[in-house]
Amino acid sequence: MAESTIQEKQAQETKPREPLFGKKQRKLITDPLNDNNPITVQVLGICSALAVTTLVFPSFIMAIAVIFVLAFSNLFTSLLRKRIPSQVRMIVQLVIIATLVTVVELTLKAYNFDVYKKLSVFIGLIITNCIVMGRLEAFAMANKPWQSFLDGLGNAFGYGAILIIVAIFREVFGKGTLLAGTPLEMMIIGPSSDYWIDTTTSAMFGWYMNNNLFVFPPAAMFIIGVLIWVQRAWNKKLIDVS
Amino acid sequence: MFSSRYIIMFIVGLTAASALVLALLFTGFKPMHERNEGLFKKRAILAAVDTKLETKVKNMTDAEVEDIFENDIRQIALNMNGETISSDEITSRGYKGGQPVDIDMKKEKKKPEPDRILPLFVYDNNGEEIYIVSVRGNGLWDEIWGNIALEDNFDKIVGATFDHQAETPGLGAEIKDNPKFSENFIGKEIYDEGDYVGITVLKGDARDGIHEVDGISGATITCNGVTEMIVRGVKYYQPYFEKQNIIN
Repeated sequence: MAESTIQEKQAQETKPREPLFGKKQRKLITDPLNDNNPITVQVLGICSALAVTTLVFPSFIMAIAVIFVLAFSNLFTSLLRKRIPSQVRMIVQLVIIATLVTVVELTLKAYNFDVYKKLSVFIGLIITNCIVMGRLEAFAMANKPWQSFLDGLGNAFGYGAILIIVAIFREVFGKGTLLAGTPLEMMIIGPSSDYWIDTTTSAMFGWYMNNNLFVFPPAAMFIIGVLIWVQRAWNKKLIDVS
Repeated sequence: MFSSRYIIMFIVGLTAASALVLALLFTGFKPMHERNEGLFKKRAILAAVDTKLETKVKNMTDAEVEDIFENDIRQIALNMNGETISSDEITSRGYKGGQPVDIDMKKEKKKPEPDRILPLFVYDNNGEEIYIVSVRGNGLWDEIWGNIALEDNFDKIVGATFDHQAETPGLGAEIKDNPKFSENFIGKEIYDEGDYVGITVLKGDARDGIHEVDGISGATITCNGVTEMIVRGVKYYQPYFEKQNIIN
């Protein structure tokens, strides 16, 4: 009898080790991409999604910045979660987020000044992005570091994916280019021979003009609206039964 | 529950750790930040003479920009009486580099008019001198600024670049984003038979092709700001050119 209790104890001690990429961990990453997307389902982080998505490349950098900030602020908050006094937890979370955002800002200013200028205040405003604060409160304060890190990655991927989809529409229809500002720049449609489709000579696209509306934030609002509509039509889980 | 003492210690510790990380990073990156800011400014100045350059400023590498600045551009600093001032005086006014390019127009704009100093860049285009002047004024929401290049004895505009702090995207921000706006300035003249008139940005179609350019619809206040900035800002340089007998 004594032996069996020892065995039981050993089994209990070895059991809690969870796999690094088990089903549960994978779900933490995939869930926010679709079923629980921070932008299209939770409708958070809209402000920056409207503001920075005029071009694909800055949106891409913004997405990377949010991935870094969200993943690591989740990780650090989760590491400290048992030591953070609940009375001041919001302030502690803000200090962590603000530190990481400033790290991103300083790094970007040193290594890619053009994009830093283009994103201007919006990198700083990641601090107030509801997605980051929301994940810290809802997830990192109650879960283990590795899960929190994955949850941060997943949510930031979900945010970044929507950002880039919106930016592709806005850049192509608003400016007639794709990936402007990078070596991969593609000039798709416009009124000179530099573009693939030259509207001054093409018989088929002679009527085409860049739609200036797509440069403005309202266009992003429409595109996100359409994305939400498409996603709900296609993903049955999101249909509100009530 | 945590004691108040613990809470205070925790917050102080966390803030100190965060401050240490950021301070180290800031000091480490400072030379790179200063270099980037300097290059950004130099590119904006060179962009005013874009039409006279072999490669467009946009496609130049950082080294090429530095090279042109080193070899083809003469930098002069002026006071409001049109007298050139020395490198030491620039330093004594708080610009560490001591070069005219280090002069911060934003700081100068805050000073009373007689105390200001101005940078002037003379681009040597195979013997012909092109003068690049810096101007700064107010747009709708915040400050706007620009560099204007003039040839032909400080009369005819070769090119202009504009930038802004916070103008509306798609409206006022077009002064920077839409290359057609600055192209309008090329070939315009700031003197009308010897009298200084500057350049006027007009709401409708510009009628005379010499001193007026087309404005941006929906951005009247920004455009008026550009007019005011040019009329006032370029005139600051007039005493120098009078002293040099470049203009009468």
